Amino acid sequence: MNLLLVGVNHKTAAVGLRERLAGLIPNLEAAYRSLKTFPEIAEIILYGTCNRVEFLCVAAEPAEALDRLRAFLSRDPEVAPAELEESLYVHQGPEAVRHLFRVAASLDSMVLGEPQILGQIKEAYRQATEHQATGPILNRLLHKTFSVAKRVRTETGIGDHAVSVSYAAVSLARKIFGELTGMTVLLVGAGEMAELALEHLRGQKVGRIVVANRTLERGLRLAERYRGEAVSLEELEAQLLSTDILISSTGSETYLLQRDQVKAAMRRRKQRPLFLIDIAVPRDLDPAINDLDNVYLYNIDDLQEVVEQGWQRRQQEAARAERLVAAETVKFEDWLQTLEVYPTIIALREKAGAISQAELKKTLGQLGPVSEEQLLALEVLLNSVTQKLLHDPIIFLKRDHSMKKSPHRELDLVRRLFNLDLDRETEETEEED
Amino acid sequence: MIDYFVYFVLAAYFGATALWLAFFLIQRESLCRYGAWVLAAGLAAHTLVLIQRTWASGYLPVAVFGEALLLFDWVLVAAFLILNWRYPIRVLGALVAPLAALLVYGSLILPQGQAGVISPLLRGFWLTAHIGLTLGGYAALTLNFLGGIFYLIQERQLKAKKFGFFYRRLPSLSQLDTLNYWCLTIGFPLFTGGIITGSLYAQHTLGRFWSWDPKEVLTLIAWLIYAVLLHERLTVGWRGRRASWLAIMGFLVLAVTFVGANLWISGYHSFSKFVQP
Repeated sequence: MNLLLVGVNHKTAAVGLRERLAGLIPNLEAAYRSLKTFPEIAEIILYGTCNRVEFLCVAAEPAEALDRLRAFLSRDPEVAPAELEESLYVHQGPEAVRHLFRVAASLDSMVLGEPQILGQIKEAYRQATEHQATGPILNRLLHKTFSVAKRVRTETGIGDHAVSVSYAAVSLARKIFGELTGMTVLLVGAGEMAELALEHLRGQKVGRIVVANRTLERGLRLAERYRGEAVSLEELEAQLLSTDILISSTGSETYLLQRDQVKAAMRRRKQRPLFLIDIAVPRDLDPAINDLDNVYLYNIDDLQEVVEQGWQRRQQEAARAERLVAAETVKFEDWLQTLEVYPTIIALREKAGAISQAELKKTLGQLGPVSEEQLLALEVLLNSVTQKLLHDPIIFLKRDHSMKKSPHRELDLVRRLFNLDLDRETEETEEED
Repeated sequence: MIDYFVYFVLAAYFGATALWLAFFLIQRESLCRYGAWVLAAGLAAHTLVLIQRTWASGYLPVAVFGEALLLFDWVLVAAFLILNWRYPIRVLGALVAPLAALLVYGSLILPQGQAGVISPLLRGFWLTAHIGLTLGGYAALTLNFLGGIFYLIQERQLKAKKFGFFYRRLPSLSQLDTLNYWCLTIGFPLFTGGIITGSLYAQHTLGRFWSWDPKEVLTLIAWLIYAVLLHERLTVGWRGRRASWLAIMGFLVLAVTFVGANLWISGYHSFSKFVQP
């Protein structure tokens, strides 16, 4: 039994091919139906994210399973076999495990550390279980994947550092205000980047949105789009009193706000913090404003610097994440090794032996002095009871499962039944929260 | 027997320190959960130690500086655990746990005054109220001080636009400022109550409300600093950097009051006067 992963991603395949393969996903029902008919494939899951389509399966004969999958993928007449051959990557065994962990933890993404991928894989797993395509190995692997991805996210902070200017504005705002719910955002002027930042802020459930524009008509249009209010540019100073976050991006040649104006506003605001984002060139806001207490002014260069630092930090964090992934891959491989007949029989016997010895010790403590023969008789009794109890499960395990499509179901069942994987329960509860 | 408990408390607080620092470094949630439990276990043992000492001597154990330190430490850890439960700013533990451990350690290495009769002045309800309120106030204002340090670090990074080691690990400015505000609004009334009960007690026992003893003078200065801070916060909305600096100043004066005035300056409030040979 072996794990086999094949797929295409943004590095290996042009978008055209990715699109056609991703076309399988809306029609999962049919895809899983035909994939499950292949006798070589015991368990399978297919998932797609923005930049990849991958198939992960458990197969007795990986080479044959690979041929099957290739044939399956080139059924689409628009997929050129040569192109597919060139773009397809194949990972087996531990490499496949590592690859899945890296994808889920977003170490293999175009934007390192982006948060959407884990959700997409979770959804794909839900679909796969719905179609009953997965089995004990993939179930365990996917649960493990979710916990690895979660650990990477919380322990390395790979996703904490903003890597786009508009998101940098949001992450800074969160470090100033904490939760952004109910905050008032004032958009001065308009422009692609400013509106993108506004979109991100809306994603954080900000409260009120106010749009100030030189031409009221355009302001009204923007306000309508973002369900906000429109005000004229002359009201800017008055609006400062109720604003928390200001995004400025006008074509003005002079500063719209001077240090003294903001200083006066701060006094009237009772020093409630103010976050000013100036993405206009030339600048809209007097740079000296940043000297004021409780006012944080960032211009476009500052934000770009934040993004630059964010990239560097993500790279550093990625190195730590890779170590975590490597360690977890080894652990998973270890478990996979035990999911064979003989290790399971040994584990069963060891468990039975340990229980008998412990109980014997307890009983001897209560019996008081016993003769040598009596002790021997007790041991023989215990031995034959455990042997006879284990006899049938062991026969069941030793029956030739290799003819079956999924021998691991039985093995997994026995291991669960006798609780042979002690770390398992904690893992699964950990994953759930 | 009970002395071993003190070592258990010490070990628990150092253990919590290790857990909390590890949490600060690698940001694994479970670490600070364990940290809180270990700290709570230490606090339980700490409680037993204090009960035993009160029982044995018949007084709240505050006659010797080391004892007072131990009592203050208990209030601090209890206050932190309540805070951590109601308004979790987890990173704060990375400062509170080591401080708690060092205070226990300090109480162990300072001279333990056993000989002598404890001054009869250390009896009575008003005095217990005076000590309880004052130490409660100290604890809240200490947390305010620690929060102020975090605030200044985080604010510095946001203003200078350079984001280092602390940026990701510290909470947002508004959370830190809220913490500082809470601690001040709880700590200041307690502290004030401590001063009032103390002067009532002084009137009762010594015949005067106020003696211009060094400890009293320093306390007055600290009280004025905190009064200004609270007033400015409420009226003109002082917050953030200035509020943090003032909280730090106030705390330093308090620390001198509590530690310095007892070790170097002599007055009737000094611990050396509580035990009569």
